[in-house]
Amino acid sequence: MSATTLTPDMAAAERPPSPWPRRLADAGMRCLAILIFIAIWSVVSLGNQYLWKFFNPLLLPTPIDVVRAGIEAVQTGELQANIVASMRRVIQGFGIAAIAGIVVGLAVGTWRPLEKLVEPMIELLRPIPPLAFLPMMVLWFGIGEMSKIAFIAYAAFFPVFTTTVEGIKFVDPVLVRAASSLGASRMDLFRHVILPAATPSIITGLRLGFGLSFFVIVAAEFIAADSGLGYMINDARTFFLVSQMLLGAVVIGLIGFVVNILLRGVEGWLLRWRVATRG
Amino acid sequence: MLVTAPSATASRPKVSIRGAAKQFGKMVALQGVDLELQENSFTCLLGPSGCGKSTLLNMIAGFAEPSAGQVLVDGLPVKGPSADRGVVFQEYALFPWRTALDNVAFGPMLKGRGKAEQQEIARRYLALVGLAGHEAKYPGNLSGGMKQRVAIARALANDPSVLLMDEPFGALDAQTRETLQEELLRIWEQDRKTVVFVTHSISEAIFLADRIVVMATRPGAVKEVFDVEIPRPRERSDPEFVRLEREIKLLVRAEVQKLGVI
Repeated sequence: MSATTLTPDMAAAERPPSPWPRRLADAGMRCLAILIFIAIWSVVSLGNQYLWKFFNPLLLPTPIDVVRAGIEAVQTGELQANIVASMRRVIQGFGIAAIAGIVVGLAVGTWRPLEKLVEPMIELLRPIPPLAFLPMMVLWFGIGEMSKIAFIAYAAFFPVFTTTVEGIKFVDPVLVRAASSLGASRMDLFRHVILPAATPSIITGLRLGFGLSFFVIVAAEFIAADSGLGYMINDARTFFLVSQMLLGAVVIGLIGFVVNILLRGVEGWLLRWRVATRG
Repeated sequence: MLVTAPSATASRPKVSIRGAAKQFGKMVALQGVDLELQENSFTCLLGPSGCGKSTLLNMIAGFAEPSAGQVLVDGLPVKGPSADRGVVFQEYALFPWRTALDNVAFGPMLKGRGKAEQQEIARRYLALVGLAGHEAKYPGNLSGGMKQRVAIARALANDPSVLLMDEPFGALDAQTRETLQEELLRIWEQDRKTVVFVTHSISEAIFLADRIVVMATRPGAVKEVFDVEIPRPRERSDPEFVRLEREIKLLVRAEVQKLGVI
């Protein structure tokens, strides 16, 4: 902070939000990038179909074909049903992971003996790709909803847990001292210092965990499911409906994009104090 | 003279340090310190880094226990931090997720005061440190001087009887520093807490303190105690100020030289 304040009114720099023209220009650039991507896709697909005939045109439908497949799937209600099925699993599995990850993380982060006990176990399991356990989960929990929810919960648990523990470990000790000199009990410290100080880290873990949930649900639905976006893609493969396969991928991308924006909004609101610190 | 003779009114010392020592492993940070601080007095602990002045303050605050000897506040040994001993840190130590107002309201909140009362107290103390109108700002939007004002308000809003300040103005630029020294005296004269103020600035100590405890290095110990009798407000160009400054400077320089190359 460089401001030489003689009076408190000479406030530190409060940055105005970036001006509208620049934001618009930014958004324009993004749209342009997406348009260029779609253009390249169209050129490759149509060019192959009509000009250089390099591979079977069925292998790469045009963007229009994908949109058409989308409209069709919406009209039959299939797409909505599959989105709902996948989202329901993700929300349930991720919900379990979030609660378990935060609770266990807080316990491990605040109580050293527990940390010594739990940390090695976690370190043992964490490097194993969750997908390696998928067939086992199907054996244990059957091919119904349970196996998918358990699988997501397992996979998403790790990032939430790890970031929660980290967040607690890196709480500035001087804040703990400050609070205890103001009369804070151990419970007060936890509630009013450790928890809020670890919140940014926990939120990062939740975002990572949610992303991962999405990542693994598709794989889970490839293996054992009769609904969901992963099932839709795999089912389309058996019937060689490439447009529908691409549709599944596009929808997953769009949902991920929207959810990320929503989560960032929540993050920005919860951490509004931090926005002020930036810059 | 380390122990002040009991005066006619025989006021009991607010803080007594009796043979307090602190060792970190084999390193002796502080050796046999005896000090008595009278109620409502302003004491500066002065010395170069490594003289144990912050260790001594931390023992009064209850953040550290003496390896030997005792630290008594109101005649009772210090057992951990307490709301009765407010601390102001060099690093401000504000809660970044709380607004200036909510930072100051922290102590009253812990005491279970009602929301309206907390806010009323916090508003009053923010105004006292000259920050009326900045209640809703987060620490990230405040300058260093303003952050330290909030930290002082936060400590005072808890109404402690002892105020411990650990190089509170050390990270501020010269102008802000002098302004805050004046403001601190203005506030202290309204509501005389027993203040213990750690600093390595000789002029800051002479400007503020009733008593200056000059500390020795290797090992940390009390070297000499000065009673400053220049009437406030003190002028830095006052001949007595300058004379005292020179005298203490020689003492401190000898201590710095013990540290070797720094």
